[in-house]
Amino acid sequence: MTATTQAQHTVPATASRTAAPASALRARKAARRRQLAACAVLMAPFFALLVTIFLIPVGTAIYLSFFSDDQPGLGFGPERTIFVGLRSYAALLTDPTFLSGLGTVALYCLIYIPLMVIGALALALLLDSGVVRLRAWAQLALFLPHAVPGIIAALIWLYLYTPGISPVIDLFAKADITIDFLGIHTVLPSIVNIALWSNLGYNMVVFYAALQAVPREVIEASVVDGAGPVRTALQVKTPLVRTSIVMVAIFTLIWALQLFTEPMLLSQSSPMINSRFSPSMYIYDAAFTRNNYSLAAAASVVLLVCTIALSYGVTRWTSRANTPEETAR
Amino acid sequence: MSTGDSTLMRPRLLGRATVNVVVALSVLYTLLPVLWLVLAAGKNRDALFSSNFLSLGDFSFVQNLRDLFAMDDGLYSRWYGNSLLYAVLGAGIGALVSVACGYAFDKFSFPHKEKLFGLVLAAVMVPQTVLALPLYLMASEAGLVNTFWAVFIPVLFNPFGVYLGRIFSQGYVPDEVLEAARVDGAGELTTYVRVALRMLGPGLVTVFLFQLTAIWNNFFLPMVMLSDQDLYPVSLGLYQWNSSASVSPEYYPVVIMGSLLAVIPLILAFALLQRFWRSGLTAGSVK
Repeated sequence: MTATTQAQHTVPATASRTAAPASALRARKAARRRQLAACAVLMAPFFALLVTIFLIPVGTAIYLSFFSDDQPGLGFGPERTIFVGLRSYAALLTDPTFLSGLGTVALYCLIYIPLMVIGALALALLLDSGVVRLRAWAQLALFLPHAVPGIIAALIWLYLYTPGISPVIDLFAKADITIDFLGIHTVLPSIVNIALWSNLGYNMVVFYAALQAVPREVIEASVVDGAGPVRTALQVKTPLVRTSIVMVAIFTLIWALQLFTEPMLLSQSSPMINSRFSPSMYIYDAAFTRNNYSLAAAASVVLLVCTIALSYGVTRWTSRANTPEETAR
Repeated sequence: MSTGDSTLMRPRLLGRATVNVVVALSVLYTLLPVLWLVLAAGKNRDALFSSNFLSLGDFSFVQNLRDLFAMDDGLYSRWYGNSLLYAVLGAGIGALVSVACGYAFDKFSFPHKEKLFGLVLAAVMVPQTVLALPLYLMASEAGLVNTFWAVFIPVLFNPFGVYLGRIFSQGYVPDEVLEAARVDGAGELTTYVRVALRMLGPGLVTVFLFQLTAIWNNFFLPMVMLSDQDLYPVSLGLYQWNSSASVSPEYYPVVIMGSLLAVIPLILAFALLQRFWRSGLTAGSVK
């Protein structure tokens, strides 16, 4: 309906310009309708998926978090479910295991995201500086872990963390150093390492591609102005690729908040990781081990809200942090 | 730092050396674990646990390969086939669906278009683990839990592909081409299939590759949806075998060999389609 009003709105404008007779006007209207129909056909499959895989599930999660089933595990027929308001949220937010999971993920993000963004950017700047030998090969080698599925990256590192199998631990042992990579203080850094290993090269390539798009004149100008390579990299190139930096930071954040695969696998070998180590593991445990759907749904909604709020926060914060710089230039 | 200009050769050379050393160390960091996987795949169980790792003495690569495909009545080849089916078919259909939608966002105008696009971008942000329980309940209502479809349908959904599709459509398909086709009286959909889709080829391959990687990596969803081992993808299968390994160590060499084989398809895909995904990364980040 709104589509036809738009069509009427645009057609007279074009018609008066060409001073077309009524039949041409009708033909234009028909063309416009054909276009909208084609647009609908092209979009329909994706939006069917969007509704079934995204909107309905999010709605269901919110709904479930406010209702509880007297006999959990028997589905959610409307007769048996009762409205419990915020009871599930209250239960969730007073559950120390959930709060410690949130704390774990917060700490994980605080260690992982800065390391990832700075490491990938530094490598990209080094590769872009033009003094690296065999640059193409170095890039390929750095990118390689991205082709290793997450669960297999976790498997490889689990073996490298396991005494008896790991050549790394053997090496340390020869130097009389004993390291327990899966101990209480080391398990989180060990997980950070797996994620860093998997994604460093990928993000480096993203930054490198953005750096390649920086106009060469800008860099030549800064060299003429007497800036050394380090200064050019930090004060000229880095601000010019900040869109990529924000994007990488946000995607890294979204992935980091979902932390699941690596701790799930390591939990097979480390008693330091319990079944509610991260919020995602908490959701899995609540839904499929304890069959407490409303609690799992409430945890899902909390995780969703945190993700959206933090992504939004990063976007706002970076755009504000950039304003003074822009006025200075 | 800023004094390192071209007249002072010494700091320059030193800088060069430092840069190369840092990059070389990073390369070692990314390569060595993969190299370990390759070497470990050639070890039998005893050699795996011996401290003398680098000795190439008992080389049992072929034996491990044979064991892998014989373990649990050849379950591994079943998983491998499943993964290929989920990933190749899912990424193929998913890329076509997403790019068609991105193209429509770029080339047609209709009310509230940008709001609708905002919804697509919001979907990129939503964690998969949030959707898992509702999807499981929906699948169980529809009687699809523990079937191929329970994993296959959700992986088709790729909102980031729509975003990329829109950018590629802006870059690769000039509006004049569409105008020309319209003047010639070609239908909109015919134009899309015959003209635009061909120009969108590289973009389509990029979206396909991103989605292929995502589906091949997929672990959480199959874990939630599937209980029948015959439907498992490689990722979930290896997870399960690894959990058995702590009890029965004969699984260790098999899990390692299985991991090595599971890495190969993505490396092949990235190597063969290199020029496409590089352009995709630029499109996704510079914009």
